[in-house]
Amino acid sequence: MESVDLHIKGIQKSFGDKAVLKGIDVTIKDGEFVTLLGPSGCGKTTLLRIIAGFEKADEGTVILGGEDISKKSPAMRDINTVFQSYALFPHLNVYNNIAFGLKSKKTPKEEIERKVKAMMGVVNITDLAKEMPSTLSGGQKQRVALARALVNEPDILLLDEPLSALDANLRKKLQAELRDVQKKTDTTFIMVTHDQDEAIAVSDRVLVMYKGAIIQDGSPEDVYEHPVNRFVATFIGEANIIECEKISDKLIKSAFGELVVEKVPTWPMDASGKKCGGVAIRMEDIHVCNANEHFENNVFHAKILERIFRGDYWELIADFGPIKLRVMTDPDEIYNPGDEVKLYMEPQYLQVLED
Amino acid sequence: MTTEVFEGKLTTRSHMRKFGLLLTGPGMLWLLVFLLLPTIFLLVMAFAERGSYGTINWTFSFDNVKKLLGFSSFGWAADNLVILWRSFKIAVVTTLLCLAIGLPMAFWIGAHSKKVSTLLLALVMVPSCTNLVIRTYAWMILLGTQMPPTWLARTLGFIGEAESLYPGTFAVYIGMVSCMLPFAVLPLYTSVERLDWGIVEASRDLYAGPIRTFYHGILSQMMPGIVASVVLTLVPTLGMYVVSDLLGGAKFILIGNLIQQQFFGTALDWPFGAMLGIVLIISSVLSLVVFQKTGGKSFV
Repeated sequence: MESVDLHIKGIQKSFGDKAVLKGIDVTIKDGEFVTLLGPSGCGKTTLLRIIAGFEKADEGTVILGGEDISKKSPAMRDINTVFQSYALFPHLNVYNNIAFGLKSKKTPKEEIERKVKAMMGVVNITDLAKEMPSTLSGGQKQRVALARALVNEPDILLLDEPLSALDANLRKKLQAELRDVQKKTDTTFIMVTHDQDEAIAVSDRVLVMYKGAIIQDGSPEDVYEHPVNRFVATFIGEANIIECEKISDKLIKSAFGELVVEKVPTWPMDASGKKCGGVAIRMEDIHVCNANEHFENNVFHAKILERIFRGDYWELIADFGPIKLRVMTDPDEIYNPGDEVKLYMEPQYLQVLED
Repeated sequence: MTTEVFEGKLTTRSHMRKFGLLLTGPGMLWLLVFLLLPTIFLLVMAFAERGSYGTINWTFSFDNVKKLLGFSSFGWAADNLVILWRSFKIAVVTTLLCLAIGLPMAFWIGAHSKKVSTLLLALVMVPSCTNLVIRTYAWMILLGTQMPPTWLARTLGFIGEAESLYPGTFAVYIGMVSCMLPFAVLPLYTSVERLDWGIVEASRDLYAGPIRTFYHGILSQMMPGIVASVVLTLVPTLGMYVVSDLLGGAKFILIGNLIQQQFFGTALDWPFGAMLGIVLIISSVLSLVVFQKTGGKSFV
């Protein structure tokens, strides 16, 4: 099968005078599992609806497998959607819900039966064929919605916050299943979510959206380890942000001392001639030194203010004087409020942000 | 662990089942005295006989059934059956017309903002604030010989030069539909308002054309509203007599007019009137049952 890539070029969209998408350019490769991640109102759902054909972009084109599909109706696109509220047909049973798309396309009856049964097997709902949607649990509805879209063998499957209505345990289980189904069917998945854990857990690639633009595009590890700016750093995994001033290419000054970094800061100069910006560090990347550990630089004295039990780790609030940072420690390392500690921030973990 | 608050008695399902009956007492009593007992009385009367000068002979007989079917001492005549058939036809056609006009209206009203649609709905209901008889008289004048609608219909060749729109079947339909439309629109609007447009999008997403999308995406969701709309239109139309009496002309008799004649008019035959009343009740219920069965099953 030839590869069917999706090219999104210069997509702009406004509702009234509110710009929702401000020029989106992105290429999604055949077979990728891509997540559009962002807070509500960032334009991720609008972008998904433009790909599906439910909204028309003001500017720009959507190209699928070399063909411009911008002006095609949803019914004419080889793209199917799993809707946020599932949108199952209430008057049709599970089998007929799944068969709906194939029936629309006037597929021969035997073929419909074969494909629907096979797909019900893939999503583990073989015994629900005769059930009506109103009798199904949330997880079952989710699987039916997934089967109903995938049975049409689309080039791309769009998922609009597919797991948001489910409880935490089921969501974890279905995340794994989604991943599994995506590999089995070898279909491009584009999922919209505001849940950063979910995005990181399931996708090959995360597109972080904010205020109508894609501000970071990378693998889950990349987005987590190397956030480009404050928004990404705090939205994904709540990193500590340290305000700094640039001294030289590898040296910056924070309120509690000088820090050595690996990446050269590109902060713009402000009115007073200083180049200031933020550096992010994850709480698990701040190391609590024991008595016989010595590092050349980036070691600071701090006082533990608070200790919060998080189940599989302790969260310490460390007071550096002018600012407080959050530090993660193993459950077996006990530090008490009032303890004086030495904290080490390895240069490679200090993420120099763009802003 | 429950604290006994007296309002709490009616806040759970099991309490409601135990004590709810007490609260329905007055309503039940009302229905018993003013609905159930009279209906039983009507049923009994339906099998009595007409005495001389319109009195009632309380002797059990099937004479009224025979009379209904057209048998009399003069032999068989189709009149009563024709009236029944005509009443049924008028009711069904009126209901269908109300649906056909009411559905687009409901969508149009629903497409506006909440504020505007409330206003539009109020406008739909405004005619019902006027007495039905007065509204019907207005139609008599509007559809009369000298008025523009008749002139237009003559010019376009729908009716002959000497005819007018009133009195006749057309005038009856106009009267019936204008009377019933508000009751048809209300439940339809409610179901338009509740439409889950995601299902419509799902249908389009799954390659369905406009007709298939309308059927599976919209009509399927609106079925409860359509059923309510049909019930609210069909049942009153079956028994309606003011509109047909005033707009239909001398020969245009529906079951409602026939019943009226038995009780207050020339015929003065209460037992036969009672029989017709029973037939009306039964046919209303039957048509609704048939409609719900077929209407419900058509969505598979």
